[in-house]
Amino acid sequence: MCAAKVETRESLFVSGHRACHGCGLALAVRHILEATGPNVIVVSPTGCLETFTSPYGYSPWRVPWIHHVFENAPAVASGVVAALKAQGRPVTRVVAIGGDGATFDIGFGALSGMLERGDDVLYICTDNGAYMNTGGQRSGATPSWASTTTHPAGKQSVGKTERKKDLPEIVAAHGIPYVATASVAYLRDLKKKVKKAMTFHGPRYIQIDTPCPSGWNFPSHLTLEVGRQAVKCGLVPLFEMENGKIIGVRKLKKKLPVTEYLQGQKRYRHLFESDGGQSELQKLQAEADKNIEKYGLMESG
Amino acid sequence: MNEVKVVEGSEAVALAVKACRPHVISAYPISPQTHIVESLARMVADGELDAQYVRVESEFSAASVLAGASAAGSRSYTASSSQGLLLMTEVLYASAGMRLPFVMTGVNRSISAPINIQVDHQDTMSLRDAGLIQFYVESSQEAYDVHLAAFKIAEDPQIMLPVMVCMDGWVLTHSYERVAFADQKAVDEFLPPFRPENYLDPAHPKSWGSYAEADVLMEFKYAIHRAMSLGKARIKEILAEVAAFTGRDHGGLIEAYRTADADVVLVAMGSMVGTIKDAVDELRQGGKKVGLVKIRCYRPFPYEEIEEAIRGAKVVGVMDANFSMGSEGAVGLDLKAKLCGRPEAPLIIDYIAGLGGREINAQTIRKLVARTEDVYRSRLILPESEWVDLNPAILS
Amino acid sequence: MKITPGAVVKGGTSLHYKTGDWRDQRPVIDQEACQKCGICRDVCPDDSIKVKDEQYEIDTDFCKGCGICAHECPAQAIKMVPEEK
Repeated sequence: MCAAKVETRESLFVSGHRACHGCGLALAVRHILEATGPNVIVVSPTGCLETFTSPYGYSPWRVPWIHHVFENAPAVASGVVAALKAQGRPVTRVVAIGGDGATFDIGFGALSGMLERGDDVLYICTDNGAYMNTGGQRSGATPSWASTTTHPAGKQSVGKTERKKDLPEIVAAHGIPYVATASVAYLRDLKKKVKKAMTFHGPRYIQIDTPCPSGWNFPSHLTLEVGRQAVKCGLVPLFEMENGKIIGVRKLKKKLPVTEYLQGQKRYRHLFESDGGQSELQKLQAEADKNIEKYGLMESG
Repeated sequence: MNEVKVVEGSEAVALAVKACRPHVISAYPISPQTHIVESLARMVADGELDAQYVRVESEFSAASVLAGASAAGSRSYTASSSQGLLLMTEVLYASAGMRLPFVMTGVNRSISAPINIQVDHQDTMSLRDAGLIQFYVESSQEAYDVHLAAFKIAEDPQIMLPVMVCMDGWVLTHSYERVAFADQKAVDEFLPPFRPENYLDPAHPKSWGSYAEADVLMEFKYAIHRAMSLGKARIKEILAEVAAFTGRDHGGLIEAYRTADADVVLVAMGSMVGTIKDAVDELRQGGKKVGLVKIRCYRPFPYEEIEEAIRGAKVVGVMDANFSMGSEGAVGLDLKAKLCGRPEAPLIIDYIAGLGGREINAQTIRKLVARTEDVYRSRLILPESEWVDLNPAILS
Repeated sequence: MKITPGAVVKGGTSLHYKTGDWRDQRPVIDQEACQKCGICRDVCPDDSIKVKDEQYEIDTDFCKGCGICAHECPAQAIKMVPEEK
């Protein structure tokens, strides 16, 4: 036998899906399902994930999966939970996986309703910060100063002027047992959080940063690299909350300047092209610094 | 033995739903649907009904909960009205397309604006194209009986579509009537547990909600239409089964009332039918050959049955409690489209009546019949639907 | 093939849809240099790195050529080479 250990395993999210080259979201989903195991029913709203996994006749899902419409995944999930309860199928759990448009914007009311009802659903938001399925339009999850197709940078525009909605905090305010942020760049951490979430009952929420080579416009081999930079600069803090309290954060050894993260992405290019972007870059650095302070991200601090 | 009680129409519906043993009920309140879902909530709270009751934050979510529950293999139910039904629209189209068979009561109420909470059929008519099977009922008794049939129709393997039972708000939901109830044992024998071929099950992972390209999309749409049109025979059978074990026969897809030798036939749906039947009797006593077609099942549209019932009539007056803005009433349009080009087809006049709770009484019907005869005799070509009792004096 | 009611499909059927022809570059694993850590497989968005004879191998039926595996390989044992059309 070969000295090196080579592990084989069956994927619950198989090849042949039609995600773009280097899709962070597709990668995240495979690992989510590795963490949940096969005894789950997955609900997805309309969006990238739905589009690249649903062409009729070709499903990569090896767990039961349902997509209904755009804004109702949390309610569909509640319906599945209710049916499982009524049928006495307590072992099967329900996981919803939806993008930021569905979660932050159009399905927000349904999400809040599901959280408030206390339904046993793990809701995972795969966040790529815009409506990538329809060409990269602005969402409530788009970070400040990013250029999107509906809020583009231009002669009189520096991109999105509003803040990214702080959804983990809003979700946590519903008093649910588990909230976490994760990144597809840290797969072991991501899986650990999904596994942990599955130990709780009631509504749980994980928001995963899933860099998008097509939408953010960086080379497809850099998906994880960009994801790591986002975490290391403090713009994407990774934390876990149990019952409303932060119980852990991913510490940073060294703070990466936000410009290192931003400069490789076309959605921020306008900030580097003229002096005009300086103040926005400073604001983004200030935002990262605020996160670092708020969540105590520095290892030394 | 059939127990008879005087109950509110809403209570009758709730009791029918309870007898059908739903697993999941989800609802959001809107007048005049509230008494139905409150009754069901009380039954669950008192342990009389073993169902999961999901209290949602919108009608959109109520319908979505049903979609999820139905896909997971559970019998499920909701009720709504007016704006609530419109909010559900997207979910209902998708559910029909995914062949998720749940049952809902469409408690008829006018649509904003102006806001109005009285009865007309504009709300449920706006959903006629969604792929739902739609019934309209005349009385609380009929509401009770049709709800018993509804689950079996929805869940029939050849049909597998949501069923909406439409009943007039207030007039039926909030009035007390004598209603005879079915034995639970008889209902259980009639309606087996819901066991769909496909349901969300980790042992047999399947995917719902595909993206269909142009090469198959039309076939999927046609399949829904075919499930409805071929389903007519099955619907009639199931209605007959209910008639057999309850001992009450309200008719099949339609009820033809004194149409056999009628020169003038009215076509109507919902609670106005009772008023029209009385008026028809009265007109008959006065020597007028008037009849009525009551449409019970509106989708699939019972064209063959109506055609047979109006064969021999000179003129047909359709009473639409709805209107397609810029065109005509929905039932009138359906009928005209189907009869157009038929030799010896009767003249069809479309009346818009009863919007927003505008009263329809015996005098309304007498006037309408007289007008119908006039139009027929004078060979008048009407430029548009006739709006019954419209007051042109206040139009600015 | 007959359409299925409600367009419900069997899970795992995307394996019949090969995405390998999306590729304009292909990863080549230097098996000598490979430390068998499995990171390449973990980071593949298309689940197209498989284990065969105790080695990691690219499943060219599905690999889209994104290059993540090559970039993330700690041993730099994967090179991206232009695909011959």
